[in-house]
Amino acid sequence: MTEGIGRPTVAVWKFASCDGCQLSLLSAEDELLAIAGEIEIAYFLEATREVKEGPYDISLVEGSITTPDDAERIRQVRDLSTTLITIGACATAGGIQALRNFGDVEAFRSLVYARPEYVDTLADSTAIAEHVPVDLELRGCPIETSQLVEVINAILAGRKPITPTHSVCVECKLRGNLCVAVAHGTPCLGPVTQAGCNARCPAFDRGCYGCFGPAESPNAASLAAWLEEELAMEHPDLVRLFRSFNADAPAFRRESRRHEPEEEVAT
Amino acid sequence: MSHSHDRTISVEALARVEGEGAMHVEVADGRVEQVQLRIYEPPRFFEAMLRGRTYLEPPDITARICGICPVAYQLSAINAIESLCGIGTPDGMPMPDGIRQLRRLLYCGEWIESHVLHIFLLHAPDFLGYQGAIEMAADHRDLVEMALRLRKAGNQLLEVIGGRAIHPINVRVGGFHRAPTRTELQEMVPELLWGREAAIAAARLVAGFEFPDLDQSHTFASLRPEQDSLPPGATGYPIEDGRLVTNSGLDVPIAAWPEHFHEEHVEHSTALHGRMTDGGTYLVGPAARFNLNADRLPAEIADLAAEVGCAEAVTNPFRSIVVRAIETVYAFDEALRLIDAYDRPETPAVEVRPVAGTGHGATEAPRGILYHRYTLDEEGLITDAVIVPPTSQNQPAIEEDLLEFVQAHLHLDDDALQWQCEQAIRNYDPCISCSTHFLDLTVRRR
Repeated sequence: MTEGIGRPTVAVWKFASCDGCQLSLLSAEDELLAIAGEIEIAYFLEATREVKEGPYDISLVEGSITTPDDAERIRQVRDLSTTLITIGACATAGGIQALRNFGDVEAFRSLVYARPEYVDTLADSTAIAEHVPVDLELRGCPIETSQLVEVINAILAGRKPITPTHSVCVECKLRGNLCVAVAHGTPCLGPVTQAGCNARCPAFDRGCYGCFGPAESPNAASLAAWLEEELAMEHPDLVRLFRSFNADAPAFRRESRRHEPEEEVAT
Repeated sequence: MSHSHDRTISVEALARVEGEGAMHVEVADGRVEQVQLRIYEPPRFFEAMLRGRTYLEPPDITARICGICPVAYQLSAINAIESLCGIGTPDGMPMPDGIRQLRRLLYCGEWIESHVLHIFLLHAPDFLGYQGAIEMAADHRDLVEMALRLRKAGNQLLEVIGGRAIHPINVRVGGFHRAPTRTELQEMVPELLWGREAAIAAARLVAGFEFPDLDQSHTFASLRPEQDSLPPGATGYPIEDGRLVTNSGLDVPIAAWPEHFHEEHVEHSTALHGRMTDGGTYLVGPAARFNLNADRLPAEIADLAAEVGCAEAVTNPFRSIVVRAIETVYAFDEALRLIDAYDRPETPAVEVRPVAGTGHGATEAPRGILYHRYTLDEEGLITDAVIVPPTSQNQPAIEEDLLEFVQAHLHLDDDALQWQCEQAIRNYDPCISCSTHFLDLTVRRR
């Protein structure tokens, strides 16, 4: 650790995002003061004016890369950080703002801003890992506070964090949820979505909508075929189902593309 | 350096605000020439992304505009869509009491979570002279622990009703996916009773802070529920519903928004600037709500407001922290009333069929009025979306306030002036992430 003080220095960075994932740290009400005693918060603008110069032992990065300046800033953050952890769907997959990757950003810019020339933006919203090497990623829209606390604990203890890569279906079974897809005919991304939320949606009689992105080796095509045959879902609905907060995660991107009208696929 | 007649102060990245912003002040010959609140939060194009999505999707998608006030986005979107589709309108299908109660209760959770975050973790360190809440905790551990427990009580409401504190999963057009039982709500009562008392103590505490002098008479705008729409026992302080009112006499339905307010795009900000149609600036948020609706507080809380120095309209922006604390007390009180009155709906949601046309909706986000407008086609697909967050509306008024504040405080050196300007900006609890389309302080003294 830096300077030999003992407590690791932590920096929290924000790119294009809603602030929800870094807020998860402030929302660890029971653990926050204990954590703050074990680490040195060196840069966390949402929480403090105090800015200590890098390098930093751990950087938590929220948000996606959407502007030329941010593409440069993330390289500087990487250079200043021993361990770089991406937190949340924006940082790990480009976020909801990656919907622009399927459209025309010029059209988007002039639709929202009367003076588009004032707004500097890239054509795509991209994950942090597309720009710099990432040491660990925490999924979710938003991340789960318990997973963030686990990662910080693991780093402090010098062990590997426990973050499952199996699907939400496993969490439903462990929690004893009724299967909303089979029992209620509710479209559910649980079979192809990574665990971590403890199957929140099915526990509220709702289908999983994919906050944690694709699980390890997901069979999205098989799920889509089942949704078409059993629940009579049509292509535009399948496109929208796979195309939300993790729209540009490869497995979800491929599946949504497969259900687009022919002429739009041919690019 | 600091005491020359010409100077520039720049804050390149404002701390303790939600999102990314900066401030730039230009001083020439001892006069403040320009104050710019610069918003460089990268644009995310929500209004464009919503086109082609279905009428059922805005609550989930627009929640992602802001991790601090997702419920505000969800319920403003729902109000717009349901009003268009004839739900809860005078001649439409009535919305069951239980669903209305759950929505307001959920929103009380968000007010508590957001207000307590701002009062103690973001703003109190300015008044007590700390860089941030973690540093403040070293000397005021009891205070920070109380704040975290209060916040947790708000987040618990969001968890139990919304299914998740940040980006709730249980909210839908028509109601909820699952309605909680009375027992599930009543389990929260002891902590909410503690919270109400702790919030009262907190209001007395923040009222004892030192407030710099600044008196700004803005046009205030807020929602105000119609008297005859109020259920028995409710006093009707605005949260999730109401007509649009100002202290200059405006009193219109939400659908009249475009006739009275508009947004313009300025070069130094990716947040559009809100103005009244006559070009004037206006202010939304806790002070505006309080000034226009103090008569809608329960007698006990109105007495508390008078005791903590808010007997009259609050026109010093630095005192907004006291108003936030009063509203926090109200949110706990109202949550307790709602749980007591809760009538679990027979079905968690009513069916909403799409109607082609344009719908308007607004709610009182913790930072002020949040307006949404959607146009749907016959199939219920969105063809146009407009979202006007509170910070965009406040930005011109904040710049006006800062201009006056900096002029009166030019005797301070750059570091002190910079901190006081930051504190002044935090009076408005600017939520920069919310500026769908916010701040760096630079002061240039030439």
